[in-house]
Amino acid sequence: MIAISNQNIDIDALRRHLTNPGSGGVCVFEGWVRNENDGRDVLRLEYEVYEPLAVIEGEKVIAEAKQQFPFLEAVCVHRSGLLAIGDCAVWVGVSAPHRDEAFKASRYIIDEVKTRLPIWKKEHYVDGDSDWVNCERCANG
Amino acid sequence: MKTITVRYFAMFRENAGLGEETLQLEASTALDVFEQTRDRHGSTEPSGHCKVAINDAMADWATPVSEGDTVLLFPPVAGG
Repeated sequence: MIAISNQNIDIDALRRHLTNPGSGGVCVFEGWVRNENDGRDVLRLEYEVYEPLAVIEGEKVIAEAKQQFPFLEAVCVHRSGLLAIGDCAVWVGVSAPHRDEAFKASRYIIDEVKTRLPIWKKEHYVDGDSDWVNCERCANG
Repeated sequence: MKTITVRYFAMFRENAGLGEETLQLEASTALDVFEQTRDRHGSTEPSGHCKVAINDAMADWATPVSEGDTVLLFPPVAGG
């Protein structure tokens, strides 16, 4: 399951989606808003998401992960809108029979979500300036 | 000439000053649309760093465009 949310991510609710009697472990990645980037003091972040295609592409990513690293349950939620320092911007959880699939699938999902989904991040700085952030891999690719 | 609706996102939208416009373009491919609207979306990025969708389906820059299509121009993404 993938979803875009303009509200704080309810982590306890998401964890319940990972429950499966065949799962022997869960691997969770949380992306948080940090107060610094490239030497600039960040005040807050703003995410713009084109939800129709973000959901379609996100479902593809999860399907690819499942094919490569068979897991039982996976959830990814990405925020949109304005976020404060320390807020959870993206949450990925994967439960699987064994830890190897859970680690690898969650890593695959977060890496692909960051570079494939139509999501854009604007940093608002303490000095009042703001700027759109380019994904490093895309910019170098 | 084809009637193409072009949608701009994030920095492209801010540069263009609007999110969507319908234009008459001499465009055969999605890349033609990107290049012919460069003075609007203001991208300093090569197309290879950006993404494109046509009628809400992800596309390649070489994908042909047809009369009445909606072309979505995405600047470099940055999720997470």
